[in-house]
Amino acid sequence: MSEALLEVSHLKKYFPVSQGLFGRSAAQVKAVDDISLTLMPGETFGLVGESGSGKSTVGRTILRLTDKTAGEVKFKGVDVHSLSPAELRRLRPQMQLIFQDPYSALNPRVRVGNAIGEALLDHGLATKSEVRGLVLEALAACGLSAYHIDRFPHEFSGGQRQRIGIARALILNPDLIIADEPVSALDVSIQAQIINLFSSLQRSKGLAYLFISHDLSVVEHLCDRIGVMYLGSMVETASRDELFKHPLHPYTKALLSAVPVPIPKLKRERIVLKGDIPSPVNPPSGCKFHTRCPLAVERCKTEIPLFREAGTGHFVACHLV
Amino acid sequence: MRTNTVSAAASPKRSRERRSSLLGQSLRKLMHNKLAVAGFAVVVFMTLLCFIGPLFSPYTDNRINMAMMNKAPSLKHWLGTDALGRDIMTRVMQAGRISLTVGLASMLLSVFLGALLGAISGYYRGITDQIIMRIADLLMTVPNLPLLFIFGAMLSEWKVPTDYRMYLVMLMLSAVNWPGMARMVRGQMLSLREREFMQAAEVLGLRSSRKLLHHLLPNIVPLLIVMATLNIGGAILSESVLSFFGLGVMPPTPTWGNMIDAANNMIDFQNHPWLWIPPGVSIFAIVIAINIFGDGLRDVLDPKQKR
Repeated sequence: MSEALLEVSHLKKYFPVSQGLFGRSAAQVKAVDDISLTLMPGETFGLVGESGSGKSTVGRTILRLTDKTAGEVKFKGVDVHSLSPAELRRLRPQMQLIFQDPYSALNPRVRVGNAIGEALLDHGLATKSEVRGLVLEALAACGLSAYHIDRFPHEFSGGQRQRIGIARALILNPDLIIADEPVSALDVSIQAQIINLFSSLQRSKGLAYLFISHDLSVVEHLCDRIGVMYLGSMVETASRDELFKHPLHPYTKALLSAVPVPIPKLKRERIVLKGDIPSPVNPPSGCKFHTRCPLAVERCKTEIPLFREAGTGHFVACHLV
Repeated sequence: MRTNTVSAAASPKRSRERRSSLLGQSLRKLMHNKLAVAGFAVVVFMTLLCFIGPLFSPYTDNRINMAMMNKAPSLKHWLGTDALGRDIMTRVMQAGRISLTVGLASMLLSVFLGALLGAISGYYRGITDQIIMRIADLLMTVPNLPLLFIFGAMLSEWKVPTDYRMYLVMLMLSAVNWPGMARMVRGQMLSLREREFMQAAEVLGLRSSRKLLHHLLPNIVPLLIVMATLNIGGAILSESVLSFFGLGVMPPTPTWGNMIDAANNMIDFQNHPWLWIPPGVSIFAIVIAINIFGDGLRDVLDPKQKR
């Protein structure tokens, strides 16, 4: 596994909930609780789960935008969380992030050309005279026009801004792009354009994506492998086809049954999950899913299921599989 | 000029781009606010009057003229003369120069200090923040006016030459005004650094200097402009108060405050209203005009601050 681009093992991220006068931490939000995943160069890994399942926190902790609580993040064999600030800054161009909300991810007072080009200058990857050409190239690659270069972000639509965000990440020639729900803030026709942009960029540049989404149809279109998260833990990981054809975990089955299909007459069995996702401050004992699981048995309430291989490359955490 | 490298080559399109900049939009919005425009007009008018007016006055030498003591307004002396026979109109304009200069200079200094210290506090946080903010808190716990009185009394005690007092008054005003500025700027920095575009800057691995100067600073400029404008009014008022109590700028240098002070007795108050009405109206007009203009600016540049 040494050739893996990104290796996340047993990553944990707990946020303290401070209470009382002196802010002593009384409880912890277990946003990410023991997540492991591996990403090969040029591969796309989809991370799905409902709101509050810790998907975004995984992305942010990999990039060290937040510090980890435990575990390890290895990027090209380098432990990201043990680097000094200066070393981390040098590593930054190789792993980039694309944000969910294209409206807040761009500084309203920085011109688009500067926003895209400035990182090149700061990392000494290009000289001042080369930057403009490279920025124009990146704009073109992302389907924007040359005359956009001197405009401010507020002059663009959501889809265009997301393209700017992609161009900004792309110009650094990264090996890994973490896309944190990059299309969920866009309307459907624009979503399709952006997703196609993602796949064409992957073909031309050999990028690896960690694609975080709650939209299964988007993930199905784009990803090679998919991981399903529930309440900070991974419940199932498999290749795309395997996961969609033979989902093993009851949670995955419920998720898949909720994906709309464009055939109105098709009668499908809908698995409706009752209630909300439990609080990550006080997660259920045993299997975290047992409170909502239609198949739960007594054992699920007490014993934490192991994340084990159920088929080739198909991992699942459930007692009943 | 690192930022301009990308846009410099596009100079032919520059004028069009300028129009659509955020600042340009804000200015156009400001032009629709009649009250703010009127306030700005008053400020400009009074400033021009104070700085150009005395050039056309035949009485600029401030000669004492015993024959012309306390004369009511006339064609020769539009606003009358004071107890030493000096032309009030000329003195009001000359006083305006001093008051406006003190207001502007102390504002510049306190904005500079406040922005610098506030930005350092908000950006680096931790112990630096604690030290700067505790000093600011300390200065803010003492009400400004008593503090200024103490400073002023110290200056008088040390027999500071009257020529220097004007500059020391500027320093005093800045010393009591920067903590408020620093707090606002710090708060703004703290909220900005949590915004997503600052996380983007972190992921891009930008240098601290670029993050501060090109990403954070442009976002606090609107706030600074608003606070600076409102601060001028406050500084002019404080200077007048100090001078009125004889602790600010000393006669014979005229300021609006010490002109009113000179008329601060029953006889002048009842019988010679031209001694105190013109400087009083000047203070009133300029402070109101600056505040109205500042409020208008705030509405367009910093809408969240609206009361």
